[in-house]
Amino acid sequence: MAEGMTWSIEEADKLTQAEVYGRVLTQLGEKDPKIIAMTADLAKSTKIGNFGQKFPERFINMGIAENSLFSVAAGLALAGYRPVVSTFAVFAALRSAEFVRTDICYQNLDVKIIATHAGISFGQAGSTHHCTEDIAVMRSFANMTVIVPADGIETGNAVAAAMDWPGPVYIRIGRGFEPPVNTTADYGFQIGKAVTMRDGKDITLICCGVTVLQAVRAAKILETQGLSVRIINMHTIKPIDKEVILKAVMETRRIVTIEEHNVLCGLGSAVAEVIVESGKACAFTKLGIPDQYVIVGYPEDLYNHYKIDADGIVEAVSALMGREIEADENWDDET
Amino acid sequence: MPLTQEDIKRLQEKAKDIRKTIVDITFTAGGGHIGGSLSQTDILVALYYKYLNIDPKKPRWEDRDRMILSKGHGGLGWAAILGEKGYFDKTLLKNFNKTGSPFGMHLDMLKVPGCDASTGSLGHGLGIAVGLALGAKMAGKKYRTYCVMGDGELCEGSVWEAAIIGAFHKLDNLTAFVDRNNLMIDGPTEEITQLDNLNDKFASFGWEVLRIDGHDFTAIGGAIEKAQTIKAKPTMIICDTVKGKCVDYMENDYKWHYGGLDSDMRDKALACIDNYYAKA
Repeated sequence: MAEGMTWSIEEADKLTQAEVYGRVLTQLGEKDPKIIAMTADLAKSTKIGNFGQKFPERFINMGIAENSLFSVAAGLALAGYRPVVSTFAVFAALRSAEFVRTDICYQNLDVKIIATHAGISFGQAGSTHHCTEDIAVMRSFANMTVIVPADGIETGNAVAAAMDWPGPVYIRIGRGFEPPVNTTADYGFQIGKAVTMRDGKDITLICCGVTVLQAVRAAKILETQGLSVRIINMHTIKPIDKEVILKAVMETRRIVTIEEHNVLCGLGSAVAEVIVESGKACAFTKLGIPDQYVIVGYPEDLYNHYKIDADGIVEAVSALMGREIEADENWDDET
Repeated sequence: MPLTQEDIKRLQEKAKDIRKTIVDITFTAGGGHIGGSLSQTDILVALYYKYLNIDPKKPRWEDRDRMILSKGHGGLGWAAILGEKGYFDKTLLKNFNKTGSPFGMHLDMLKVPGCDASTGSLGHGLGIAVGLALGAKMAGKKYRTYCVMGDGELCEGSVWEAAIIGAFHKLDNLTAFVDRNNLMIDGPTEEITQLDNLNDKFASFGWEVLRIDGHDFTAIGGAIEKAQTIKAKPTMIICDTVKGKCVDYMENDYKWHYGGLDSDMRDKALACIDNYYAKA
């Protein structure tokens, strides 16, 4: 196990997000007897069942009862336990939104939520099972921390960090077929501190979750066109890393955000809030799912359709590079 | 141990004081959920002055019995009891509903000592109580969890989710109550929807069900004690109550779910309460 790490899984870069978190949680459960895993008839689909196989006495399957899933979790937290709750994002963030908000966030309880099948990762299932609204909902809840890991390794890091982080945490992952970006886990993951995946001076791509890999692919294409592209993996949407955003505004003056979420109220909006409040000029584009219900399809096809894949990012960057902005000459004086 | 005549007299005195405090707070607060606060009073008085294993000086004592007021709008009546028990300086209740006060209509557990969960949104309390009772079982703790629900909130599907899971886990350390005053905001429960037959509903969900007069301390005490002896399932005590109990112009009138009092109404309400207990 690398220094500073609380989990270790062989070949984690080859495992899905869900597989990694199931195993990491089980490792953490060995050290912390207060961890309880909970789900609502999705033990296998979410992989939280791994924990249940190892610690059946600390595993609670509610049946298909997502609302009470969160109120019972709140009760267990009030009893001194540390519940980790996993279900599909659409149920955690939308069906049970008020239970998460009132029972967990309002009371500021130590409950961690691992929401799987987020975004359009379950693309073929249709909009009843898509969730392109959860970042918006969860980041609006006071006391809630929101993390969108890029891949399996980062999910492991996020789960481990969340267990050392006070209060409610929402971790958003996909269905489990998302390809990896990271090759090692010891890159210094910290909640609230974005990871600069590569440096660049012409434009910055700010991404989270599955779009991190798409940004990496896009940057390689853009590099051949002579562009120096910075990539920021904004794995924590709340609290957002303002410093890294302002640095990108100052140093690249062009920013594209990319997210597998409604283009309203998600990562792009969170980044835009920081930029606007800075008062600095910046060419800016948000890529994401348009404000509509998503067509059915395989996720990779949908990323292409909604232009949040490498090709879409390249297209958006090209357009943004041609946009004129009024540079603020007094930047250095004001910062 | 069944309640003695002395116990009952003492509890009635407390209930009288609490009801008068509820009227006073409603007056000073500029309004409050007085009807349901008055209907729940005897259930809460029995718990707080006879049965709960609690220490107001140690509101977060980990082995204390838990009390979840799922009908969080009864917060006014609950705060009257918590203040009287000494969880906080009861003179602070003059600030009930006031801007910046720790006391809103629905109590916040992070602001009000003795409040074990922040309730107010209906259909949440039983699930929280199930979690607490389940946690006690898992940790080998002996404390009991009590939950007081309104009858109107039984329309919420989450109540029945929690009922299923509570029975499945055989939570015999959980006792819940329904304050069955037959009224919700818009009118009588049975005119708006169909809640009855509650006994059969909860029994079919696997709960021990007891039905009592929710204003009779002998019956309330007997049911709480009976619930403590039931093994392998939680108990639901359905308490037939009167909304606005003891204030004649409020009793059984759904319009007193929430209301304000001028000084004449307050004085009349206080006189009604005195009169009721003088006859008792």
